[in-house]
Amino acid sequence: MCTYSTEKIDVERSSGKGADGWFPLRTATVYYDHPVHAPDDHTVNIDFLAPDRGPGARVAVELSLDTAKALLEALQVTVERAAHH
Amino acid sequence: MGYDAVLAETIGIEGANGDEIEAYSARPLDGGTRGGVVVIHHMPGYDRESKETVRRFATEGYNAVCPNLYHREAPGAAPDDAAATARANGGVPDERLVGDVGGAATWLRRLPASNGKVGTIGYCSGGRQAFLTALELDIQGAVDCYGAFVVGEPPEGFPIRVRPLGDRIGELRAPLLGMFGNDDKHPSPADVDELEKLLREAGKEYEFHRYDDTGHSFFSVDRPAYRPASAVDGWEKILAFFCAKLGSAVDKGA
Repeated sequence: MCTYSTEKIDVERSSGKGADGWFPLRTATVYYDHPVHAPDDHTVNIDFLAPDRGPGARVAVELSLDTAKALLEALQVTVERAAHH
Repeated sequence: MGYDAVLAETIGIEGANGDEIEAYSARPLDGGTRGGVVVIHHMPGYDRESKETVRRFATEGYNAVCPNLYHREAPGAAPDDAAATARANGGVPDERLVGDVGGAATWLRRLPASNGKVGTIGYCSGGRQAFLTALELDIQGAVDCYGAFVVGEPPEGFPIRVRPLGDRIGELRAPLLGMFGNDDKHPSPADVDELEKLLREAGKEYEFHRYDDTGHSFFSVDRPAYRPASAVDGWEKILAFFCAKLGSAVDKGA
């Protein structure tokens, strides 16, 4: 299936590193759909984008569902830990 | 040995609003006149395999062209970056799609080797778009390969700019060939049933092929979804359809 469904968030005070080095990020899209490169039918895909710098200003990942769940847990733990810093 | 040279190249065509957009074309060089095929690329973009599909149609005897539907958002970008940008922007507006595919059809008809007949074929999001072209454009046949949301409502919060076309079935101007996998969720078998019912009730000419053990994107030879048996049979059905609707691949005026 092509899920088409896409979550989109604003990204502030954050940076990503792409083919041309570091750049400030503006938005991110998160979606479960066909990957370009990963070997599953569907993956959790995240595109960190800076539209003001063109389509190539992009940090992309294609994560297996298990990996995405593990990342979610790691983010949760890390964000909770950050609250105590 | 027969002469089988094919010219494949990137070209500029006039798309919606008179904009020049990038397109990829492949044409046989063996003379005569023939039908044309507009290939509408899938949501992941104007990529290597979409161009391979264009070349395949040329080797089968058709003039073929695939407009880069993401050219405006991402000129010269890598196909995956362009697709990511298009997704973030909400996809391709229907009106622009019709203008771009209409421009591609005009470009094909102006070729000296054109017999005046043009068909469209689209994959994934392009399946719905191929259906849309059969509502809006003067074409002689359309092939919908697993297009979602021809019927059925997009989910809540859906960001891509598409609306179902079921209420416009009566406007269908060209014969429709539909290719679907029975394991697909978008379109689901129930969606395909509904579309078939609407076509039958409206008295429209259509031909559907539905494959077991097959999901979405089964023609994509570079993806895990590829199902060789379904794709091989599907190609046979597609070529038979275009042969019937666009004329045999080549007419040398004999």
